[in-house]
Amino acid sequence: MSKMDLKQQNKLLKYGKIIITDWRLYVLLLPMVLWYALWIYKPMGGLLIAFKNFQPNMGILDSDFVGFSNFISLINGPYAQQFWQAFRNTFIISLYGLLFGFPIPIILALFFSEITNNTYRKIAQTFTFLPHFLSEVTITGLVLTLLYHGEVNTGIIAQFLHTIGFIPEGTNIIQNAQYFRPMYIITGIWKEAGYSSIVYFAAVMSISPVLYEALKVDGGNKFQEIRYVTFPGMAPTLVIMIILRIGRMLSVGYERIILLYNANTYETADVLSSFVYRIGLEGGNQSIGGAADMFNALIGFALVVGANYISRQISETSLW
Amino acid sequence: MERLNRSEIIFKLLSYVLIGVFAIMALYPVIYAFSASISGKIAYESGKVILLPKNVNFQVYNKIYNDKGFWISYINTLFYTTYGTAWSMFISITGAYALSKKRLIFRRRFNFWVVFTMWFNAGMIPMYLNYVNMGVANRWGIVFAFGVQAYNIILLRNYFEGVPKEIEEAARIDGANEFQMLRRIYIPMSRAALATVTLFYATSRWNGYFWSRMLLTDSMEKPLQVYMRMLVENYQKMFDDMPIDLPYASDAFIYAILVCSIIPVLIVYPYIQKYFAKGVNLGGVKG
Repeated sequence: MSKMDLKQQNKLLKYGKIIITDWRLYVLLLPMVLWYALWIYKPMGGLLIAFKNFQPNMGILDSDFVGFSNFISLINGPYAQQFWQAFRNTFIISLYGLLFGFPIPIILALFFSEITNNTYRKIAQTFTFLPHFLSEVTITGLVLTLLYHGEVNTGIIAQFLHTIGFIPEGTNIIQNAQYFRPMYIITGIWKEAGYSSIVYFAAVMSISPVLYEALKVDGGNKFQEIRYVTFPGMAPTLVIMIILRIGRMLSVGYERIILLYNANTYETADVLSSFVYRIGLEGGNQSIGGAADMFNALIGFALVVGANYISRQISETSLW
Repeated sequence: MERLNRSEIIFKLLSYVLIGVFAIMALYPVIYAFSASISGKIAYESGKVILLPKNVNFQVYNKIYNDKGFWISYINTLFYTTYGTAWSMFISITGAYALSKKRLIFRRRFNFWVVFTMWFNAGMIPMYLNYVNMGVANRWGIVFAFGVQAYNIILLRNYFEGVPKEIEEAARIDGANEFQMLRRIYIPMSRAALATVTLFYATSRWNGYFWSRMLLTDSMEKPLQVYMRMLVENYQKMFDDMPIDLPYASDAFIYAILVCSIIPVLIVYPYIQKYFAKGVNLGGVKG
């Protein structure tokens, strides 16, 4: 037996001993490890499907290996038009989401921190957090009924938008591609803005009151206060939240998209994950779907790593 | 009371007003749905219902009460929520406890593999094929295959790490082993975090839709969300089949079903709300 093997054997023996003397701790760890292995890490092997011509009766491993041909049909083949449309929509929707959705919780948190009447604040928070806890089916159900603008029934919000001259008479917002993105973004803000403000609210509350007093003694007004005390105090939270947000750029929530879109609105609504769902699960073309999935995952991952790197360079705040 | 200067007064006033407006906007669709569900047909269809109900009658709820599909799916959802949340909590508590111990070998590596899943997963197709392959298409499959979220494990782990070491040492001297320590010390001391995480898991189970729809084939096993969506999708057809002389509008049925799905959330949530503002803040994301 070589020296290397002996060393390794000793190491294993040492670990074995630790585990035996402290076996209860490892028993407690086991369910989680098994769960992750079976339901999260095992399917990652299934990404192999992107390089296969998947036949359901043969399984992923036994299906024929086809190299990059699935990726080629995505990028430059029969699926290219739909794929690039979904790709573009994903970026546009996330960008709008970032532009309009990101600042609103921060502004809400600033306002919340001004409210000194505890009862008022708690009631307002209870109301604004609530939509976060409603299901996507409930929310999209509400959206569809409130916006439905058919011949007999008119959704109340569609009616309101018509009254203020925002949409022409008889417009069916749900069937009209030009309204999809605003509808999606506004629904998202309505659902999550209140709840996301908790994190920023906590950040504002943890800023030392001494700093505010000092600025006041120097004669600063409210806007200087926000500019020179509040924002610098929130900076680490802001950076972390923006990295998280950028990392999820490509994973636009497929559930709400799938529940809200329809054939008339694919043009502006179809994103990568809904494309995967439609082509891969509904259409039964799993290999193409798998290739798009992989594409999605890799870019998403690169985005997090990139955002984290940049933030570490410029602000010394990072996720890892 | 400290004295405020002018810009501060304006800002404070603005805050009260805007937060009030936002709170009303957040609640409006829910109130409207309830009002629309109990309003009379003519009042609703002529657009007179704007916030409060008109010509109130509760007959649509009578229809739901007699709707078998609704009750089957409602009971199924209760099943998924109860057992699913229990299962998720079991894995999360035991896992987070083990991860919170510095002496755990490969601790950093385990932590990394948990956090990693927050940004990378296999994707819809491989996940789907794995579920099918493992035979998830039934009640217990849905309970066991879903429910652990990295974020919640990290949140609990951080909370457990904050329990004072002195208490643990004292218990150890008294001869407590790992299982007893978790049950007698860590769990009772982490009530706020546990309540928060329970709420997160329970709402995600209660709201679960996509995978139930994709995987479950037996209509006796489908949860409320799947049933509700089916109704929304068949809206037009339902509308055409509806007798004309009903006291409520056809939309009222959809609204009433939506209200029924929200009520349990409305009942539980105010009790736990006081914990989660605290609980969420403890869940820093550092790996």
